Amino acid sequence: MDMNFSKEHLMARQLFHDFAVNEVEPWAEQTDEEHRFPKEIVGKMQELGFMGVPFPKEIGGQGCDTLAYVLLVEELAKVCATTAVIVSAHTSLAADAIAQFGNETQKEQFLRPLAEGKKLGSFALTEAEAGTDASGLNTKAVRDGDSWVINGTKVFITNAGQADIYVIFAMTDKTAGTRGISAFIIEKGTPGFSFGLPEKKMGIRGSSTCELIFEDCRIPLENLLGREGKGFGIAMATLDGGRIGIAAQALGIAEGAFEKTITYVKERKQFKTPIAKFQNTQFVLAQMKTEIEAARFLVYDAALKKDSGKPYSVEAAMAKLKCSQVASDVTRECVQLHGGYGYIQAFQVERMMRDAKITEIYEGTSEVMKMVISGSLLR
Amino acid sequence: MGINKKSIFVFAEQVDNRITSVVFELLGKARELSEKLNAVVVAVLPGYQIAELPKDLYAYGAHKVLISDHQALREYRTEPYTQVIAEMIRQYEPQIVLFGATSIGRDLAPRVAARIHTGLTADCTGLRVEDERLRFLMTRPAFGGNLMATIVCPDHQPAMATVRPGVMVKRLPEPDAMGELIPFEIDLTENHLFTKILETVREEGSKKLDIQDADILVAGGRGMKSAKGFEILRDLADVLGGEVASSRAAVDAGWQEKAIQVGQTGKTVRPNLYIACGISGAIQHLAGMEESDFIVAINSDPTAPIFNVADVGIVGDVFKIVPKLTEAIRKERTN
Amino acid sequence: MNIIVCIKQVPDTKEVRIDPVKGTLIRQGVPSIMNPDDKAALEAALRIKDGMGAKVIALSMGPLQADAVLREAMAMGADEGILVSDPQFGGADTWATSATLAAAITKLEYDLVLAGRQAIDGDTAQVGPEIAEHLGIPHISYAKELRIEGDEVIVKRQFEDRYQLLSAKMPVLVTALSELNQPRYMTPRGIFEAYREKQVTHWQRNDIPVESENIGLKGSPTRVIETNPKVMKAPGTKIEEDVEKSVQYLIEKLKEKYIL
Repeated sequence: MDMNFSKEHLMARQLFHDFAVNEVEPWAEQTDEEHRFPKEIVGKMQELGFMGVPFPKEIGGQGCDTLAYVLLVEELAKVCATTAVIVSAHTSLAADAIAQFGNETQKEQFLRPLAEGKKLGSFALTEAEAGTDASGLNTKAVRDGDSWVINGTKVFITNAGQADIYVIFAMTDKTAGTRGISAFIIEKGTPGFSFGLPEKKMGIRGSSTCELIFEDCRIPLENLLGREGKGFGIAMATLDGGRIGIAAQALGIAEGAFEKTITYVKERKQFKTPIAKFQNTQFVLAQMKTEIEAARFLVYDAALKKDSGKPYSVEAAMAKLKCSQVASDVTRECVQLHGGYGYIQAFQVERMMRDAKITEIYEGTSEVMKMVISGSLLR
Repeated sequence: MGINKKSIFVFAEQVDNRITSVVFELLGKARELSEKLNAVVVAVLPGYQIAELPKDLYAYGAHKVLISDHQALREYRTEPYTQVIAEMIRQYEPQIVLFGATSIGRDLAPRVAARIHTGLTADCTGLRVEDERLRFLMTRPAFGGNLMATIVCPDHQPAMATVRPGVMVKRLPEPDAMGELIPFEIDLTENHLFTKILETVREEGSKKLDIQDADILVAGGRGMKSAKGFEILRDLADVLGGEVASSRAAVDAGWQEKAIQVGQTGKTVRPNLYIACGISGAIQHLAGMEESDFIVAINSDPTAPIFNVADVGIVGDVFKIVPKLTEAIRKERTN
Repeated sequence: MNIIVCIKQVPDTKEVRIDPVKGTLIRQGVPSIMNPDDKAALEAALRIKDGMGAKVIALSMGPLQADAVLREAMAMGADEGILVSDPQFGGADTWATSATLAAAITKLEYDLVLAGRQAIDGDTAQVGPEIAEHLGIPHISYAKELRIEGDEVIVKRQFEDRYQLLSAKMPVLVTALSELNQPRYMTPRGIFEAYREKQVTHWQRNDIPVESENIGLKGSPTRVIETNPKVMKAPGTKIEEDVEKSVQYLIEKLKEKYIL
């Protein structure tokens, strides 16, 4: 695996870093405190093309690649996990589903505005009774004349209410198990499509997480994404890419907390000595650094494999599994190294610790990651 | 009449027929150099209706004034001023030409230097003549103020330099000093190099006392935490009869105006007393104030570089120390 | 409309440290950036391009690694990047630098030349005006605002306590203050295209119509004979006491100095 980043990737990382520090970081505390969707930041990212990094220029994207996209999510997550997940869910779930499985018309109509940053995307699979058991969907789609009629509720949907374009999954044939699931594209404002109130969460508080409610919602037949009955495969394939994004987010969260802690331990004195001079501090930092670097290689490798057309599901699962564990472990240790100040909001590491947890849960829990990995080992 | 000795030119910048104060500082330095070089100090004065000005130039050290009084020179523009100075230099062949590093000087000097093909050294903080070979050495900060470079102009004449205001020292003025006035005739016809002045707007807020003229400065940096944090500095400055200044960090953060910024990219000051509060002392800042007579630093970080130049360093919390200091000084004053 | 923007790659001097033991400058690991005043000049050019259409050429004289700032300029929106680089140009002072750049500019079509007022490493603010003199065109420095009106440039030129509104017929050279504008970010697409689809033209000695006596160290009227890290004023006394004692100590010292 070649970790010699090209000059363009290095310059892109610098761009993302500068943007994160100048435009995102000043809002991070308020975003968390007020559970506030950072509309202004999203607007700026849309203008700069940050919402279409891996998509071809022909369809309105930036013409870069998955690795560049990973660097973006990582740099954003270092300062604000909320901003990072907004980009990630939009790019590698909603937009990528259409990029991989949409027909030309759908790409022109839906992917282009997503890639160009004119519209925001969202991906809705999860239901109250269908989390890890994603095949147990209750949302139904029934053909009626020139429309599909959708009924049901989705839960815990990122970018819900803020997004314009939604990729959703519904049962078209209850008798066929996972082969009875189909994917659809639906726009905000469609009659019969409404949203629940935003959830108040432990972390990524500025991310808009709501229910999607479908009540006799009619969408054109042309909004079927991919073939009927192929929805489960579409969801799983898309989630593979999404996991790379979440792994990048988790890595960034860990790095952000780690950097803050390095600064803190050099300044904080006890017993007339900077605590950086105590061996416990040094050893804990050394261990964390090693974990972060190991996690880093997993996520970059998954991105490179995706870009080179190689299979990457297992790599993506390993990356997410490891990065999310590292995020939780590192942020927790960072709070501990801060002592009492680690518990104080103004020092930010407590927020990073709260933000980290979700990376072990969404887009496939760590348990699901282990199912994917062991599945590939024991076939 | 004329200049038949070696000469040192000082560009006598004037705005609205008032000589810019840096010119007097340059005249002081030029006189000092002239003694070593056995040269005369000539103030060169382009302008319009400026007959009243030469006497101040003599008072501060000029032996002669080369004056060009022409309507085209009423307000500063690059081309007519460049033509006048370049022509003066061609005719009189001075060894050295000095300009204040003002927004005029830094615009005019390079154009003149390029026109006559000679070397120009910018923002000098030191000028001296070496004892033995009588080499003219110009010292200036480089690399963002991290280095001091010594520069010479060995094969071209004149050696030109711009000098930061507030660095050189004025002589005590001799109001009755006399000197020689040399009128300089030049034909200035507008050509494509002349720009047109559509409007000149004087800006308000420049009425405030310039920090470069203050004897006492109380300066704040990032450690003041906010614009409001500067209020205690204002109180201290008031009780001392001084002014408030700022480091670049506080200006960049939007807490203070650039007009009171001290440092490499701000102003150079040398007050009698400089109290640095919550300023870490980055090289760029020190470049602007380290020539102050007496430096006091108050900072909670004992390793802050500002303590390396402070005559008195107080390690502690500015927010506790400054108000108490203000109180104590007020008590002293009323006793 | 053709605009040339002169940009320089500089070390980020805010990041430079002095080695406490040797007293020398630590240049290792100091990141290189596009000079901030030049970035403002580039942004001004790009805004003109956005508004009325223009071809923007970024031009830089420097070592081969300065390629990076030209890529950055193209990633921001410049149409072309030209690097003037040759060992013979090394060691140039502002005369030689401006002579070389002016000669390079004569090979191009231009209505407007934009440059930053000064570089954060050299800090001279001389190269811009000197280029204009070599080219025989007017220059306006300290531009706080800039617009094009027909065949003229209108500039708000800043002085210490006032400003002038100046006009000049193009071709003109204008130097920009970093306060002129807020430069745009690059885009990811711009970066990838700058490296994967565009070229930086490299001009060497023989490509530049400049006399040999005007280039490099030999062509420089000024010469640096010595550099020293700043000699710091010797430290005085430092105390770490409670507030009362600190204030008392300070009052005594101020009295000693007859300030009080």
